[in-house]
Amino acid sequence: MSARERVAGQVANYVDERTGSAKWLKKTLTKVFPDHWSFMLGEIVLYSFIILLLSGTFLTFWFDPSMREVEYEGSYEPLSGLKMSAAYASTLHISFDVRGGLLMRQIHHWAALIFMAAMVAHLMRVFFTGAFRKPREFNWIIGVGLLTLGIVEGFLGYSLPDDLLSGTGIRIAEAIIQALPVVGSYLAYFIFGGAFPGEMFIQRIYVVHILLIPGIFLALITAHLMLVWYQKHTQYPGPGRTEKNVVGYPLMPVYMAKAGGFFFIVFGVTAFLGAFASINPLWLYGPYTPGQISAGSQPDWYMGWLDGLVRMAPPLETYWFGYTISWNILIPGLIIPGIIFTGMALYPFIESWMTGDKREHHLLDRPRNAPNRTALGAMSITFMLVALINGGNDLIATHFDLSINQIMWFTRIGIIVLPPLVFVITKRICLSLQRADRELVLHGRETGRLVMLPHGEFIEVHEPLSPQRAYLLTQHEQLPALEPVAADANGVRNPKGAKAKIQARLSRANQEQIAKPTPKEVLEIEDHH
Amino acid sequence: MRFISRYRRHRFAGPFLLLAGLLFVGISYTVAQAASESAVLNTSDKATLIAEGKEIFARGCSSCHGLNAEGAGIAPSLIGVGAASVDFQVATGRMPMADMSHQAMRKEPVYNEEETAALAAYVASLAPGPAAVTNEELAWERSGDTAEGGELFRNNCAMCHNFAGQGGALTQGKYAPTVMGVEPKHIYEAMLTGPQAMPVFSDSVLTPQEKLSIIKWIKHAENEPALGGAALGRVGPVTEGLLAWTLGLGLLIGVAVWLTTKAR
Repeated sequence: MSARERVAGQVANYVDERTGSAKWLKKTLTKVFPDHWSFMLGEIVLYSFIILLLSGTFLTFWFDPSMREVEYEGSYEPLSGLKMSAAYASTLHISFDVRGGLLMRQIHHWAALIFMAAMVAHLMRVFFTGAFRKPREFNWIIGVGLLTLGIVEGFLGYSLPDDLLSGTGIRIAEAIIQALPVVGSYLAYFIFGGAFPGEMFIQRIYVVHILLIPGIFLALITAHLMLVWYQKHTQYPGPGRTEKNVVGYPLMPVYMAKAGGFFFIVFGVTAFLGAFASINPLWLYGPYTPGQISAGSQPDWYMGWLDGLVRMAPPLETYWFGYTISWNILIPGLIIPGIIFTGMALYPFIESWMTGDKREHHLLDRPRNAPNRTALGAMSITFMLVALINGGNDLIATHFDLSINQIMWFTRIGIIVLPPLVFVITKRICLSLQRADRELVLHGRETGRLVMLPHGEFIEVHEPLSPQRAYLLTQHEQLPALEPVAADANGVRNPKGAKAKIQARLSRANQEQIAKPTPKEVLEIEDHH
Repeated sequence: MRFISRYRRHRFAGPFLLLAGLLFVGISYTVAQAASESAVLNTSDKATLIAEGKEIFARGCSSCHGLNAEGAGIAPSLIGVGAASVDFQVATGRMPMADMSHQAMRKEPVYNEEETAALAAYVASLAPGPAAVTNEELAWERSGDTAEGGELFRNNCAMCHNFAGQGGALTQGKYAPTVMGVEPKHIYEAMLTGPQAMPVFSDSVLTPQEKLSIIKWIKHAENEPALGGAALGRVGPVTEGLLAWTLGLGLLIGVAVWLTTKAR
């Protein structure tokens, strides 16, 4: 034992005798995680969050969350002498007069965009692989909560500088609040401390942005990770991988190195964007006054779909009992997002009801082996993309020489027609892929080599699959569809009646599969050859 | 005074005065004659210009605007639009139109400077209207105020032309073009005459001084270096989101794939 090892051992012993940490560490550091690139999407979210905390703290040193009117005297000449809020002036100060301030601001904003993008990518991975199934439903709900909070946090963040664009966003948020029947106008007065814009909201959203929501974030992220830890990470199917084990590498040293290195790479990419690509150039937007607006006022991308929905809504309004109900804001601004997020949060329970599958799952699905779920996911993404496209309709119109009216009608019709179409197409593609898998297992890979047999017949040589690959293509289970039970053996009618019927119908849709090859079929084919 | 009082009774005083008087009248007449002659020359010059303009008009414009610029179903009357309007439309290449679809777009001008001036003179001769200006006449660099211009731009222009003057969409395929790279005089004339879907900003709405400030701000925005790095078109969060998903997340996923590749 060298001197260094002896010292290290003594230190470790000293700590262990006082904290009893050795046993815990030994267990923890050898915990195994499966290896796949798509499992690192969540890490991008976590690291972006850390970058957001760090860069955000830097920004708070100079940001003045106040709507006090000041005259700008900083070094950005085209705005000098203009009256503006202290919030906007201090953001200009950070951008132009604080060393590294603009870089930090841009890193903060890019990190926010990547945070949300990686979150959505992570969500898609979890959805399409079925990682939300029992026992992970709660973690899925926490994830949906984080996504919702992320959207709100991002919106509040870019509203803070009080520039023309952010003020426009706040104005729309106020309109959506006011669209709530009966209580809307009172709620808006309550939130803004009077009539819009008032003198309060920057202070208020600042506290929510830097204290309340980050605090909830920290708590939820901790719970999210603890559940991952406790329930263990899911893994893709493969030889040697079962519902009872986890195949991968230990935390120490492999994942410590990978995850630690990945953090610095995420920081590097964010800093690279912050250094070389302008984001939210608010000195060009100018200070916010309610009388001004810029063409092409868009929110950040994660709100863009909401903006697109509001833009495509037809002008519907009713006047009932002295109250105006603005359906054109209420439906796209509150009702549809409400349905989307509630449906998303409840999906694990909906799916388990539809399939009747109440078992635990730690092996992930290949998306093609759950055609109905994959099609549902593709359908939802289509809905969001169509809405997002309409959110940028004016820019698409000018940059692609199109008419904004045509784009709006395309998206109005498309948002109803395209998602079901994509559902059907995706489901068919999944079933085709299953068929291709079946062919592969039964007949092997087509090599493209043509051979002439002695009697003149040409055949193409098929190469048999490796056992690993054949296992991967056949390991999934295909559950039978639920049978509708109209009456039990004694002729008593099923008390669930119509509900059972619907469940059976949905189950049939979910269990629509191409039968995978059975061992018997494979043996028969092998004998045949 | 003693000089006058001593010689006023001099016998040559009368003839001297007569001579002086004749000389004065004669010189004045000559000067006036020369002046009026140059005026006559200018008038004839202008007449030629108008005639030239009329000829160009008959060849290039009358098929839509009518032989006497009285307008027709497909094109408006040009009587009273003034030289400013002609200078803007023709010198920026908008007129003659390449196609009749949504609106005239900026392109390489068809007519050169002299031809444009002739056309402008012809249309101005039909009825009075806003006169064309030259870049030299507009002392925007000296008399404009950038900060005030920015404020005026955001108040009056940004709602269609975007916060940084990059242009924006209007209804039915019409659009507000970018104001980047436009000659100061054309910006001025556009405000004065309200081409296409643009409203007229008369001198009572925006004083000439304020128009110069707007031009100064536009020129400042045009020459402002990309302060935060690549400007991404200065169109707001749409391109930023696109870059975050493609380059940002793309790079990170690439790295994730690399990190999880099995060592060979």
